Amino acid sequence: MSSEIINTSVEEYKKLVESLHSENYEMMVDLTVVDWFRKKEPRFEVVVQFLSISKNQRKTIKVFVDDEGLSIPSITDIYPSANFYEREAFDMFGINFLEHPDLTRILMPDDWNGHPLRKNYGSGRIPVQFKNAPKVE
Amino acid sequence: MYTPDNILTTTIDKAVRWSRTQSMWPVTFGLACCAIEMMAAGSAKYDLARYGMEVFRASPRQADLMIVAGRVSQKMAPVLRQVYDQMADPKWVIAMGACSSTGGMFNNYALVQGVDHIVPVDIYVPGCPPGPQSLMHGILTLHDKIMDGEINR
Amino acid sequence: MKKDTRKNKFKDKFDFWATNSEEGGWNISSTDEGSQKMLEEENAKQIKIQTGTDVIDDFVIDEDTSDDERMIVNMGPQHPSTHGVLRLQAELEGEVVRRVKPIIGYLHTGMEKTGEELNYFQGPTNTTRMDYLSPLFNELVFSLTTEKLIGIEVPDRAKNIRILMTELNRISSHLVALATGGMDIGALSMMIFGFRERELILNFFEKTTGLRMNHNYIRPGGVAADLPDGWQKDIEEILKIIPEKLQDYDDMLLDNPIWKGRLQNVGILTTKECFAYGVTGPSLRASGHSWDLRKAQPYSGIENFEFEVPVLNEGDVFARWRIKVLEIFESLKIVEQALNKMPKGPYKIQDKKITPPPRKRLDESMEALIHHFKIYTEGFKVPEGDAYVAIESPRGELGCYIVSDGSSKPYRMHVRGPSFCNLQALPVIMTDSPIADAVAAIASLDPVIGDVDR
Repeated sequence: MSSEIINTSVEEYKKLVESLHSENYEMMVDLTVVDWFRKKEPRFEVVVQFLSISKNQRKTIKVFVDDEGLSIPSITDIYPSANFYEREAFDMFGINFLEHPDLTRILMPDDWNGHPLRKNYGSGRIPVQFKNAPKVE
Repeated sequence: MYTPDNILTTTIDKAVRWSRTQSMWPVTFGLACCAIEMMAAGSAKYDLARYGMEVFRASPRQADLMIVAGRVSQKMAPVLRQVYDQMADPKWVIAMGACSSTGGMFNNYALVQGVDHIVPVDIYVPGCPPGPQSLMHGILTLHDKIMDGEINR
Repeated sequence: MKKDTRKNKFKDKFDFWATNSEEGGWNISSTDEGSQKMLEEENAKQIKIQTGTDVIDDFVIDEDTSDDERMIVNMGPQHPSTHGVLRLQAELEGEVVRRVKPIIGYLHTGMEKTGEELNYFQGPTNTTRMDYLSPLFNELVFSLTTEKLIGIEVPDRAKNIRILMTELNRISSHLVALATGGMDIGALSMMIFGFRERELILNFFEKTTGLRMNHNYIRPGGVAADLPDGWQKDIEEILKIIPEKLQDYDDMLLDNPIWKGRLQNVGILTTKECFAYGVTGPSLRASGHSWDLRKAQPYSGIENFEFEVPVLNEGDVFARWRIKVLEIFESLKIVEQALNKMPKGPYKIQDKKITPPPRKRLDESMEALIHHFKIYTEGFKVPEGDAYVAIESPRGELGCYIVSDGSSKPYRMHVRGPSFCNLQALPVIMTDSPIADAVAAIASLDPVIGDVDR
């Protein structure tokens, strides 16, 4: 099942979502972010999946977020299911969703520094050490 | 001299250690995949009740053993330590599965690389997830450890 | 308006206690300041946004309620009936839940980051550990997405094995949901029963894949191994025993007045609320809307199987429990058909660049050795592009979104876990119901925290 892809801008994003909602796209299924670090300008791309149950169709909206401010309007007032997804995107990538009711960290602890899924955030891999293993010079 | 046949003689040391191994109550600390295997160990086929261990206590105050079943995230680590602190002495910890023993395959920012960074661990049970048999082997090894070990903990 | 005065009253009271206490610096703030602040800062407008436009917000602050009866109760993250490490902050008025805030992230494993470091061949090892009650579905969705990016189609036998295994997995997952759901509400026999029947299926899984859970069996290009000798016998046994045992469950619970009284008309979720919160799977079908991705957007050749999609209209906890039992019957039908029409042929595609050669070829052929080495060290390259594929997992729509930059590792791997989305409906279910029904509500949604936090 392939979905129709719509590329749009931040300014028209919310209008487009509203029109999708009125076109019987009942569900916002998924919202995620792709970090095109040093590959594309601007850097962050928000990808939102919509599902129309009555028409059995899918649509994908892709928006590039401006590097300054990293902000995009929230769609929680149209689709309440976007709430957790936008919080996740804020937590993992640091995208600001304007007028979100409760934009706080969701997966990481509240006092965490940085946004882990960004490409320039290290994976935090610790070199494996075996206890009591002889030291190799 | 007449001795009734229902009296046994032993040392107090041995009696205490034996009584600790029997009916060792675990605190419910199911975190991830291993928790399901822990529940499977507690249910009909594997039946932890054979060792008097089927009562998973919801309150750490009533528990002797913490089976850390699953991956411990950075966010969960303080909670785990708090639950451990609330348990009454003497207490034991089993790190069940690869993730709680060493971090397992998830060597990244989110996970504590081995629960022994937070609490002292007595037995490590390998596997991802360990089957109920492995968990039982770990528990029996812990029993042996208690029987052979120091009475003062 | 009312809220502010209430807050101030609380503050005065706490200050009074704090200053007059002999113990001195009595800590009045919660240890988790962030979430405490979050709950305080929500005002009426924000609640409205949060609960959505379609949903009637019947939370009214009663003018006459005294402050003594309003309290914030914290449940979890270490709690036996939250199905993992879910934490709930509930605002109670007497015994009635007025507001609930699920706090998640206690099992965040960073799998999406790890997924960017593993190549496509290793990918299922990672994704299988997300939703640990239905691991085969996670592998399937990852494999299907990868195959869509490459543009390959697996052989018929592989497709059939995939359907057979995932439907068995659906049965075992629903059995755990029934078992733990029963345990939460007090039907402890149900817990023992559910896990007993699950062992039957897990034994077959162990025979086929080598592990009871986290199989890493379905891989891009097919499955890891063929079905073991005598698998028909095992499946026939499963097909014979499970319906008998399901009859036991019905005898025990279906007409049980306590069970019915505890579950019926509790935690009602309407179709509109399901749409608004993105609730899919059995919970949506229990709310009276027939929507199953196996029928609507078939994957892996499931359109060739005959089965029905059970729908119930009540939308309460009882319906959500009942629909899982009905779905097990439908899955058994699919398993039976898969058993009867299992085609012969290869169980993975014969492209040497994507699937490794069989073990015995390594001793004979230099070329096979090279391909084996290439796949296990470097993996295979996937053309640039992105794809989103969704399948019907036991909890709802399980989607996988992969962005490829042409290398052998995904540039971005995101999994849409159904539990993550379904959990947002928890406040709607629990609001204005007694605290005793809270556990029933959580159990009926059947969240798997590994899937929520990933």
